[in-house]
Amino acid sequence: MAIIVVEVMPKKELLDPAGKAVLGALNRQKVDDFVEVRIGKRFELHVDGPATPAHLEHARSLAESLLSNGVIEDVVDIRVEESPA
Amino acid sequence: MRVGVVTFPGSLDDRDAQRAIRLAGGTPVPLWHQEADLQGVDALVLPGGFSYGDYLRCGAIAAHSRIMSEVISEARKGLPVLGICNGFQILVEAGLLPGGLIRNDHGDFICRDQKLRVESIDTLWTADYSMSQEITIPLKNGEGGFIADDETLKRIEGENLVAFRYLDVNPNGSLHDIAGLRDQSGRVVGLMPHPEHAVEAGFGPDTDVAMKSGTDGLAIFTSVLRSVVAA
Repeated sequence: MAIIVVEVMPKKELLDPAGKAVLGALNRQKVDDFVEVRIGKRFELHVDGPATPAHLEHARSLAESLLSNGVIEDVVDIRVEESPA
Repeated sequence: MRVGVVTFPGSLDDRDAQRAIRLAGGTPVPLWHQEADLQGVDALVLPGGFSYGDYLRCGAIAAHSRIMSEVISEARKGLPVLGICNGFQILVEAGLLPGGLIRNDHGDFICRDQKLRVESIDTLWTADYSMSQEITIPLKNGEGGFIADDETLKRIEGENLVAFRYLDVNPNGSLHDIAGLRDQSGRVVGLMPHPEHAVEAGFGPDTDVAMKSGTDGLAIFTSVLRSVVAA
């Protein structure tokens, strides 16, 4: 079993209101050593068996066409992780 | 004149959109997201709500639904399409309108009677307004912040693709106060506020004249009925 991990983040130049809300919560708890929080998404695409180059290619195209919206987000990483099972 | 209204799982305002079409003098045709047949409708409304729970991104899963592949191809051939709120989000996810919609800059869901300025009247959905007319219709969303990169914004402004702009208050951080857009053909229009909730006195926003008497949203629906009948 392999897992293809796709990570998507809001574009850097855009305000991330959810991340900003978490930073506000940290500040209210007197946490002051982190200056920014950004929240993104992690998708795990499970493969029955090993991940082939074709799986990875398909994951890449899905990451662009469905899993992210290039207007507001960037795909920051696509990688294969072996499942512990 | 038959106007389709698509219901997705999680659509909320499909019945209100149907009612608005009826009050404007048209015949609403309910359509289901799994269908591929648009039943020969003359125009189509993608209503507000939270299709597919807003999972992934608002409107993203709906934009890839069965009926949407038909809507996208018919819209490219000239079918008039209006997207309201979640419907607007679906239109941008489907690439029929430019830009994107993200969480409100203040992080909160907002519900208010919102003043808008009509910025474009040469579209099938806004022809019954006058240019720069100020209207008030309800707005209710959590992810209505319109964004686009500089180049896209320049193109939107240069080609006069803004259909509605927020007035007095920018309720969600939308760039250039953009509340709604049109495509170049003027057949596809999307907006975050809800014209279908301001179509009958007694159920609309308050006005100077009387409580709940605002019907500024009705012209959207009468516009398309008139335009399509005339065509």
